[in-house]
Amino acid sequence: MLFTIKNKIMPILAVLSAIGFLWYGFTIYLNSPWQIQIYEQASAEWSYFDLAKDTMAHERPVLPAPHQILSEIWKTTVKKKITSKRSLVFHSWVTLSSTLMGFLMGTIMGITLAIFIVENKAMDKSLMPWIITSQTIPILAIAPMIIVVLNAVGLSGLLPKAMISAYLSFFPIAVGMVKGLRSPDPILIDLMRTYSASRFKLFFSLRLPSSVSFLFTSMKIAIAISLVGAIVGELPTGAVAGLGARLLTGSYYGQTIQIWSALISAATLAALLVISVNIISQMTFKLMGMQKS
Amino acid sequence: MSVQSVLRFCLALLGLMCFLSLFFESNNPQIIILASLIAFIGVCRLHALFSTKLIFIQHVQLDIGVSLLAALFIIREISSDFGQTLWLLSICAWLHSWLAVEKLMKGDNKNFPLLYSFGIPVMFGFWLLFFWEIITVGLEIPTVILPPPSMIGAKFLSSLDILFADFQQTFMKAVLAGYFLGCSSAFIFAVLIDKNDFLRRGLLPVGNFISALPIVGIAPIMVMWFGFDWQSKAAVVVVMTFFPMLVNTLSGLNSSSLIERDLLNTYAASYWQTLFKLRLPAAMPFIFNALKINSTLALIGAIVAEFFGTPIVGIGFRISTEVGRMNLDMVWAEIAVAAIAGSVSYGALSLVERLVTSWHPSYRLKNN
Repeated sequence: MLFTIKNKIMPILAVLSAIGFLWYGFTIYLNSPWQIQIYEQASAEWSYFDLAKDTMAHERPVLPAPHQILSEIWKTTVKKKITSKRSLVFHSWVTLSSTLMGFLMGTIMGITLAIFIVENKAMDKSLMPWIITSQTIPILAIAPMIIVVLNAVGLSGLLPKAMISAYLSFFPIAVGMVKGLRSPDPILIDLMRTYSASRFKLFFSLRLPSSVSFLFTSMKIAIAISLVGAIVGELPTGAVAGLGARLLTGSYYGQTIQIWSALISAATLAALLVISVNIISQMTFKLMGMQKS
Repeated sequence: MSVQSVLRFCLALLGLMCFLSLFFESNNPQIIILASLIAFIGVCRLHALFSTKLIFIQHVQLDIGVSLLAALFIIREISSDFGQTLWLLSICAWLHSWLAVEKLMKGDNKNFPLLYSFGIPVMFGFWLLFFWEIITVGLEIPTVILPPPSMIGAKFLSSLDILFADFQQTFMKAVLAGYFLGCSSAFIFAVLIDKNDFLRRGLLPVGNFISALPIVGIAPIMVMWFGFDWQSKAAVVVVMTFFPMLVNTLSGLNSSSLIERDLLNTYAASYWQTLFKLRLPAAMPFIFNALKINSTLALIGAIVAEFFGTPIVGIGFRISTEVGRMNLDMVWAEIAVAAIAGSVSYGALSLVERLVTSWHPSYRLKNN
């Protein structure tokens, strides 16, 4: 226990506090020119202590101080009703639902593709290069266009955003699953052959179980990436709802605190999602009787 | 029952259906000849399954030839009315290609390694474009929703100067500057930090976490800070590429095994000698992994940042304005530019990786 605290938690805390310290420094540095201008216009006396204090109290700072962001988040989550359009919980839920839907679609697609690729050599040769190429298309960059076009077809709401997320998240899953399904030792495959196991039996009793740890590793990447997809997918829908919409309205009106609070809540959401995938993977490993890796 | 025999059976059936549908539709003579030919080959192939006569029908070259011939005819006839015969013929042509690929897989392909590793993916791409074309034209999908590839290609060729200007603004200025700054600074930072175990333990999880974050979100902030020109886009790219590179370099530097480091210790190697002779080479697969991830991330970052304000040039700017004007062919041409830029840089990085890390098992295994 003491060992974990000393070797794992202490360094992280040190780095985090260093980041916080730097952040406050930059807040003062970046906001001070504007503040000094205010002082000069009012021809007021000012000390450096005043400067430091006042730079952290701007309404539209160049860089808000961490405590400003936290108080904004507190104001828009706990103090607002969940159904309110100003509640961050409401916006996070909108983003979360399309993230999860896209993640589910992407996972199913990725696993299916991986099975085809592993089971059929022609598929492997013809599909694999194109799966890699598909990710060099900056889909995030054209996400707004896809949303607009799908809206024109009559698809609106959750599904278009989820499709962007699915497109992004299928790739790590497919690549990881191909690796995982191919991971069993040739000697084990030979053993199954000596049992005269059918292709299905080989797949379900050997390939699938040995791919599970690969699947969860890819799922951690995929769920984070599908959150990014959902946020970018929300940018062009006229800023109706979601964390992406908060970012866009924030940048329209120069509300930096709003932008940063949306960013921080997106970060928290990402952390929660990755952690929950991690917990599910631990539970699955336990059920399967695997050693913790 | 193998995939090949299923394909053979389907081809015979579809060929006969093509032939039959000729009687229900008026077609021009070329299509009649083509449909009859495909029906004949299909039946012969089924016959060849049971006997050793007509062995020429099983050659791969015949399959490829028939499928390409049919595809050419179909693309030529596409603008006139698109009946069921042509649909059936398209599917037949595609199945011929699939059969050819299956045969290539089975057969001895040591004679055509190039055909094997390049031809098959190219063939797949060709059929992807082919079906995109015939579905958009044949089903008369409005070009506002999805323009056919021929239209995109024409637009691409006719507006090369605009595309090049956009490419220069977004890729040559923003992406390259940001990519080099972000990757190199992260690399240097990682090498410096690696000396300190405490910092490394702290930064690795935090960096891992930050690289999972939606960093594109800082695009509006960077545009506010650095102005509308390419500098703000480069700044977004720097932040986006920094953490994947940092995390990968750090874990790469620690990937050499204890026994290897011990060996260098027994040689009385200095810190720098160990770094350059053992740990950096061992880190190369990780570093190239990060470079590859970053090459696509950088492009995305620069284009998304352009949505939040730009001068009147750039890939992201063009995409957002042309969507507003419903010029979808121009948008797709820009997407093609971005995809080509992304694929070429990914391919170039893979090539360099192959040269630098030729010792790695994943490359050695393929050669034996």
